[in-house]
This record gives sequence, structure tokens and C-alpha cells, in this order.
Amino acid sequence: MQKTKKIKTQKNKRIWGQIFTYLFLLLMSVIIIYPLLITVTSAFKPGNLLAFRLDFNFEWTLSNFSRLFKETQYGQWYMNTLKVASMAMLIQVAAVTLSGFAYSRYRFIGRKATLKFFLIIQMVPTTAALTAFYVMALLVGGLDQHWFLILVYIGGGIPMNTWLMKGYFDTVPLDLDESARLDGAGHFRIFWQIIMPLVRPMIAVQALWAFMNPFGEYMLARFLLRSTKNYTVAIGLQTFINNPQNQQVALFSAGAILIAVPISILFFYLQKSFVTGLTAGGTKG
Amino acid sequence: METNEKNKKKVQYSPEDEKRIKKAGVFSIIPGLGQFYNKQTFKGILFFGIFLIFLIEMMLFGFEAFQNLITLGSVPREDHSLFLMIQGTLQILLSLIFIVFYAANISDARRVAKLKALTPGKVNYSVKAVLLNTWNNGFAYLLTIPAYILMIFTIVFPVLVTIFIAFTNYDFYHIPPASLIDWVGFKSFTSIFTLSTYRDSFGAVFGWTVIWTLSATTLQIIIGIFAAIVMQQPFIKFKRIFGVILLLPWAVPAFITILSFSNMFNDSAGAINTQVIPLINSLPLINIPAISWKTDPYWTKIAIISIQGWLGFPYIYVLTSGILQSIPEDWYEASIIDGASAIQKFRFITLPQIFAVAAPVFITQYTFNFNNFSMIYLFNEGGPGSVGSGAGATDILISWIYKLTTGTSPQYNIASAITLIISAVVIFVSLLVFKRTRAFEMED
Repeated sequence: MQKTKKIKTQKNKRIWGQIFTYLFLLLMSVIIIYPLLITVTSAFKPGNLLAFRLDFNFEWTLSNFSRLFKETQYGQWYMNTLKVASMAMLIQVAAVTLSGFAYSRYRFIGRKATLKFFLIIQMVPTTAALTAFYVMALLVGGLDQHWFLILVYIGGGIPMNTWLMKGYFDTVPLDLDESARLDGAGHFRIFWQIIMPLVRPMIAVQALWAFMNPFGEYMLARFLLRSTKNYTVAIGLQTFINNPQNQQVALFSAGAILIAVPISILFFYLQKSFVTGLTAGGTKG
Repeated sequence: METNEKNKKKVQYSPEDEKRIKKAGVFSIIPGLGQFYNKQTFKGILFFGIFLIFLIEMMLFGFEAFQNLITLGSVPREDHSLFLMIQGTLQILLSLIFIVFYAANISDARRVAKLKALTPGKVNYSVKAVLLNTWNNGFAYLLTIPAYILMIFTIVFPVLVTIFIAFTNYDFYHIPPASLIDWVGFKSFTSIFTLSTYRDSFGAVFGWTVIWTLSATTLQIIIGIFAAIVMQQPFIKFKRIFGVILLLPWAVPAFITILSFSNMFNDSAGAINTQVIPLINSLPLINIPAISWKTDPYWTKIAIISIQGWLGFPYIYVLTSGILQSIPEDWYEASIIDGASAIQKFRFITLPQIFAVAAPVFITQYTFNFNNFSMIYLFNEGGPGSVGSGAGATDILISWIYKLTTGTSPQYNIASAITLIISAVVIFVSLLVFKRTRAFEMED
């Protein structure tokens, strides 16, 4: 008698647990999908919308996408962003891979002190040092120029990413270097042919981060790029929606989809390696 | 130091060699001469050349740059104080680099002299041998140089200029070249804390920044950990699909979702007021009026914190999921034998394990939100309303700085001073935590 009751309550408990679990997951899914779905559907709605609303009772159209490229400078902005993103990615990944390797494999003067110094000083929000960047840009003629923005993006990302890269290099056993050295490989050969291929996942992750940043960064781009034709997509899209009197929600959504879809695909494609990257470098004691 | 090193290596130099080593060091007071003394002609010419170039640079520009940095110019319209400050800062960096070279030069002369005394055959004299030796022993330096140069100009330099500006009177009354900028000491800092207008707005903004940071980040962490624990249960069907959905807020670029939310929370036409609330009201016994999300500071704050929870939880979720999988199953089995309840298992096994691994990451989330400009500025531009000195009711320090710098009557010096205060707080907190968790410790 006593025993069956206990089993029954346990069973009840388990059922309630399952119901609660699925309710929670469904609720989360609705909360996550609702705003995203609104944005996606708005991109295919005809006419100039004032605000987002979720309904499916409209004629689907691609006119917003063609308007985006005909009536606005979106195409130009997209090319600008691709240019800034790929340049920043190439240079930053090169610099970080080299320095990460040095920090992992060599013992040199100032090794600990310099990395710590830069890790600390990068906590000063350089994005708040707008005045400094502005004057610097004036001095070297970098205002409204993409190359200046690229340099600023790269520099800010180096300390933390060097640290993560070093953490990943540390996971490659030192024996590999030793045996290669015994076989007569030089410094460069060890780096390029032996170790580099093994850290490719982390390099991919670093590249993704560096590439994604310019697509979403708002403050520096807004401040340093002055003419409309030089905008990146983030500030360009914001001009569609920042005027309360004239919101071009449909155009905004169309432009947003063209950014969000490729980036999300890249994200999910690289997600596995990038979680390992995070835990390997970031949480190592 | 000297004797220490000798004891360590257990090397005794003959008095003659001792003299020679000293001499090489002394000669190096003029870079290159020490190397000539060691008979390394190529290195000597190179070092002396660098020294000469620096001397000429100092005579032509350097001394003037330092002088101008001190005066910041004397004739309005002719002297551009800001450029003078920047040039002075560049000169400081250049001189620091030279000092590093200078120290390296002396230690190199002494090192070679020592080497010569011990193993004369190993000293390189030819150009080729010197270059080869640099490649072999200096490879690490060659690798790190690009990163250092980038960091010096994009991190150290702006930070230095920010520090300098905080001690000047650079504001909309003093805009070069029309007028000069002067050093005013700690005036910017004292005005923030003594002038009633600044003091009140600084207090209000700082207070909200702290509340925002704590509540938004904690919300992210709670949702993230909770989602990870729920998803951990083995019976869930469609796990992959739910997994992808939970990651979506992270995968989509944040500025897109923030701008979308900003539109959805529009008071009159937004989806929340016209669609979500009516839908909830269709349930029995519930009747919520339309909420002024964008015009009532209280509701704007609620909205911003919730949206940040939405945006930020997937990161914590992913991290926590990884940690949960690494907790050994037998810990739980042992606790069940000891009669632990589900809550006790969570409190004494799961939670401590999560914090042991993820604490540094949690802290970086707090510091990230402390400076989360996009969320605040893109949602409602820091508004509604004003708490004085250009700050809106939901402005955090970083968005206030942005407004102080880009507004119609810019206050560059105050903005810089606030930047320094923020940095001090963030660095102090991070250092404290990293020291305790030993997150940034390096092996020797």
C-alpha cells in the first residue's frame, strides 16, 4: 500500500516535470521566434510599413529587395562592409596567429608583462576614446576612410584574441616541435607546416569573429564614417528606422535578412569549434 | 643583480674579462660603440645609425613636440592645440620605443662581451651570421612585432590621449584652432563631483548603470543556466531543433534584433502594444492596458533589461551545457545514495561546478554590459526624458560619453574624465576577480 503510493507520486512528479519542461521550451521558442519571424515576414510585405506586426494575410512580394538596391545605397554599403570585414579579418588573424604562437612556444623578455599590460589596458573602453580617434584621424587623413576604421577594429581585438589563440596553441603537444626540430625543421617551418594545420579550427573561429564584428559594430563606424556612400550596413540600415516619422520597416527588414542569413549560417557551421575555442582558452586555470 | 646572476651561472670571469665586459657596457652609452668595441662592425653601424636617426629626429621635431605638449601652443589660430597634443603623444611613444632599444643595446654589448670571454668562437662577426642569429634567437620578437605596433597605435595611443584630454579645458568653448586648449589639472574630475549639474546627472547615470549591469547580466545568467539544465534532461524529443532555436538570438547580429525590438516596442504602432498585449488580454481575468514603453523611463528600463536577457542568455547556455556534460555522473549517483533531493543536488554539485569553471566568463559578461552601448543607444537613444547634462533617463555612462562627445555642445574633457573613471572601475573589478580565479595566470 505504502509502496505503491510512493511509486505513484514519483510517477506523477515525473509527468509534471515533463509537462513543465516542454512548456518552458515552447514558451522560450515562441519568445525567440516571434520577433525574428516578424522581421522576416515584414521583408516580403508590400507597401511602406510603419511598424512590425505578425500576420500572414498579405501578398508576398520581393519588391522590397529590388527597391533596396535601386532606391537606396544598400548595395554600396554591403560592399563597404565586406571590404572592411575581410581586410580586418585577414590582418587580425595574421597578427594574432603569429603573436599567439610566440606567446605559446617561446620564452622571451617581457612575455608575461606585455600581454598582461595589454589585456588590462584594453579594458579602457577605446570606443569611449572617440575624441582621440577623431583627432588621430584628422592628423593622418583617416576621417571618413575605411582603412582607418579597419585599423581601429583590428587593434582593439588583438589582446584578448592573442590570449585565446595562445591557449589553443598550448593544447598542441610540445613533442611535435621537438621531433620536427630534431628532423632539422627551422622556426618558420615548424610554425607553418607542423603547428598551423593543427590549430585551424581556432583560426576559423578567430576569422569568423573578426569578420562578423564590422557587420554589427555601430558606434565607431557612425562616428568615423561621415558620408552616406561610405557607410557600413549597420549604420546604413539604422537610417531606415531611426526617424520616427518616416519608418521604412519593410526596407529595413529586407536589408536585415541579407545580413542575418549568411552570418547565421556561418555561425551554426562553425559553432562546434568555437565553443571549444572559448572553453580551451578562456577558462583554463 | 650582477652578482646574483653570476652565482646562478657559477661563472667566474678573470679580472681582465671583467674589465672588458664593463667597458663594453660603458661604451654603449653611445649606442654602437660597445658593439664596435666587441668588433661587431655590422651591428655597430646599425645601432649607431638608429641612434643617429633618433638624435636628428629629436633635434628637428622631438624637442619642439615636447615643448608644445607642455604649452599646448600660445597663438590662437596659428597653433592648433589638439595637433600639438597628438604630436607630443606620438613623440612620447617614439621616445619610449627608443629607450627600450637603448636598454637592449647596452645589454647586448655586455652579453657579447661575456660570450667572448667564455667561448670566443661563438661570437658572430659577419653580416650573415648576425642576421642568422637574429632569426634564430629573435624569432619570437619578430612574430610579436606586428601585434605590438597595431596595439600601440590603436590602444595605447588613444588611451594616452584620453588621459591627457581629461586634464585640459577642451570643450565647446575651446575648440581649436579658433582658441587654445590649456592644462587645467584635476578640474574636470572635481567638476563632476562638485558642480551640482554634473554631480546630479553623474549620480543618476552611474546609479542606473550599476542597476542595469547587475540586473541585465544576472537575468542572462539565470536564463542561460536554467535553459542548460532543462535541456540536459535525457527524455526531451526534438533536442536538435530546440538547441538551434535557443542559439538563434546569438547567431543573428545584435544590432538587427535591437532595432527590430525598438520598433516593436513603439508606443502607438508597435507589435507589443497592438498584438501581444491584446492576445494576453484575451485570456480570462487579465486586462493589461497599453504600456508606454518608449516614453515612461520605468517601462523603458524594464524593456531594455528583458531584451538584453533575450540577447545574452544563449552564450551562457552554451557554456553551461558544456560544463554540465563534464560533471561526472557518479557524483550524482553518490548523492542519491546519500538521500539528496533534486534541489540539494543542484545546490551542492551542479551550481558550484558551474561557477568554478565559468566565473571569469560571467565577470566578462558584467563588464560587457557595463559598456553595452548598442543596447542602450539603438533601442531608444538613451531616452526618454533627461536627467541633466545631456543624459537621458536610460543612458548608461558609455552612451552618455558618446552624447557628450558628439552632441551640439561637446564636453570632451568631461567625457574623457568619465571614461577614466569607468575604466578604473572596470579594471579594478576585473583584476580582483581574475586574481582570485587565476584566470589570466601564465606558466613561466
